[in-house]
Amino acid sequence: MTCAGYPKFLKPIAAPCRELELARIEQTDDGAVVIIGSGAGGGTLAHELTRRGIKVVLLEAGKRQSLASFSQNPGEAFGQLTWLDPRTQSGTWDPVKTSPTLPVWIAKTVGGTTVHWTGATPRIRPWEFRTRSTYGNVPGASLIDWPVDYEEMKSFYQLAERRMLVTRRNGNPGLPASNNFKVMYAGAKKIGYKKVHTGYMAINTRPADGRGFCIQQGFCVQGCKTGAKWSTLYTEIPRAEATGNLDLRTQCMATRIEHGPDGKVTGVVYRDSAGQELRQRARIVCVAGNSIETPRLLLLSESAKFPHGLANNSGQVGRNYCHHINGFIWATFDKPVEFWRGTVLAGLVEDETVNEPKRGFFGGYHFELIALDLPTLPLVGMPYGWGRDFASFIDDYRNMAGLFINGEDLPQPTNRITLDEKVKDANGLPIAHVHVDEHANDTAMRQHARVQGKKMYESIGAKRVVLSPTTPATHNMCTARMSARPEDGVANAHGQTHDIPNLFISDGSAFSSPGSANPTLTIVALALRQAEYISKQMTARAL
Amino acid sequence: MTIPLDRRGFLQKTGILTGVLAVGSPLALLAPSRTWAVDLTSLSSAEGATLLAAARTIAPHDKLEDAAYAYVIRALDSAAAKDEMLRKQLQEGVASLGARFAGAPESSRVEALRKVESTAFFQNLRVQTLQVLYSTPLAYAYFGYEGEAFSKGGYLQRGFNDLRWLPEVPEADSGPVPGA
Repeated sequence: MTCAGYPKFLKPIAAPCRELELARIEQTDDGAVVIIGSGAGGGTLAHELTRRGIKVVLLEAGKRQSLASFSQNPGEAFGQLTWLDPRTQSGTWDPVKTSPTLPVWIAKTVGGTTVHWTGATPRIRPWEFRTRSTYGNVPGASLIDWPVDYEEMKSFYQLAERRMLVTRRNGNPGLPASNNFKVMYAGAKKIGYKKVHTGYMAINTRPADGRGFCIQQGFCVQGCKTGAKWSTLYTEIPRAEATGNLDLRTQCMATRIEHGPDGKVTGVVYRDSAGQELRQRARIVCVAGNSIETPRLLLLSESAKFPHGLANNSGQVGRNYCHHINGFIWATFDKPVEFWRGTVLAGLVEDETVNEPKRGFFGGYHFELIALDLPTLPLVGMPYGWGRDFASFIDDYRNMAGLFINGEDLPQPTNRITLDEKVKDANGLPIAHVHVDEHANDTAMRQHARVQGKKMYESIGAKRVVLSPTTPATHNMCTARMSARPEDGVANAHGQTHDIPNLFISDGSAFSSPGSANPTLTIVALALRQAEYISKQMTARAL
Repeated sequence: MTIPLDRRGFLQKTGILTGVLAVGSPLALLAPSRTWAVDLTSLSSAEGATLLAAARTIAPHDKLEDAAYAYVIRALDSAAAKDEMLRKQLQEGVASLGARFAGAPESSRVEALRKVESTAFFQNLRVQTLQVLYSTPLAYAYFGYEGEAFSKGGYLQRGFNDLRWLPEVPEADSGPVPGA
């Protein structure tokens, strides 16, 4: 990467700025692993494989940005990082009405959504790996247990937390409390919550591992300009490049995975930035395009041998789409908060992250701190509004505090990603259609969270509390899920598809259920585990 | 005798919006005079005035000066100059609000907008108004929003934790402030 324009006063913390000898892998070379997508899953996997000496071609649909090129203008940053290719949607969830052209808010750039994420890294809880056994047979839900349990995942969580330098883990201190957190903390304590702190965050409190430290500037989701927040863009990917085994191809959109007569995948067809169709041969293909594009690509790759799409003998590809129960709770006070100052999401209430069906629903949720910049708040934080009532709330912008609900939604077979044959993308291929109907359990959980959140703020004198509808999903999961039995899902416990041994799912699509934790940490932990499996299988010539 | 029509000049200036900066406006320090004018290239003066009144009705902040809303109209006008469909949508939408809209009391303006709330015209106007208005330097100053802080070293030494009307968070649930 080049570091032109990077402010000199922050010199020591930038990612490596040296020129590297990058690998150039021939398109006809059938010995490489091809990874599609460079986010939390794909970027981490690329590093893990290349450092073990395995050649990797990494296809990324987006452009490469840098700490220097991240924009501090919210509108411009949105355009720079967001996946804006068209998608259609249907169902009873709110984004159909409030955000019809953008059902999900994820990134299209090198580093994927790890450039845009807020850095929150709670773990999925032990019982959340066993939802079918714990919640029982919930009508309408397609629950399964994960084919891997918490005990085994624990060591990979620890590995991931060390890799990402997560606060409050491995002896790392927490992030300091911001004004917004002080409000959340006071309210949460007032109504009796016990486990309230500045969160488990993959954001440095001091310079370490080539990353800068948090200067409490806000602007986490526009791309962190100090590199304090972990992102594959300036950690895993440059390190993979430094091995000499990575061939990263940016602005290259995979359109089809090909297979041979034996049913094993043989390569990936993609379009480069000029729209030219190219074909990369592969020994193994790992799909990490996030839970909308991953199933779309599998479905687009249908053939005579696999008429319903690749790895879809079970019919489960695209099904069980989960996005987390979410929503903002905003409160205004008589006195200033200035909540835009500080780390955006550094605040967590863990008390509701339990399974207590007596609350009226299965599963649990987190309260997480949140603030939105002035341009984004009216559009994303409280969409749909206009007029006096709406404007009078924004008049109190300085005196506003905020939190975000993040809870476990239940998988349903009919909540799914399909191909919209009526709408084609720039390459003439059907775009993804997202369908989401809310389960009664989802509605009950959100209602509980709203009542509790409102209580928190009113207990310390909030003038007014405003609740947002469900926002476009940034957490997307379960659309190519791991399952013990091939008929229940798409992949086995290592993300290896049940139908095709050299095809892997390497992102949040592989989750068996969503849990109530922000997904990135678990995606990274699974990628670390998968890399170990793939390299062993390659060494044993099993793949 | 025929007068040759200067098409370019005609396109460059169709209408004009004018106003006066408020006393104490953040722009007043930078401006050579407090009166301002925005040239419109695809909308007429009357259309501009109607849209400005509509933007004010969508996001009514009484003490936020007209110049902030003029940013919205300028953005709509320049987008309409490049997009004939949009120009048509805006002009038809403005016509549907009636000639007296801009001068009508707020309650009548709200009523008129409610009637067109489900139209593409209104939905586009609402999103454009919010998108442009709250991104202006005038709105930042009005709402007290300080915006980007990277160029100033963040808020670490500039008040990220200066709230004093609630108790401090115990160290165990917080963390050390770098450099403190």
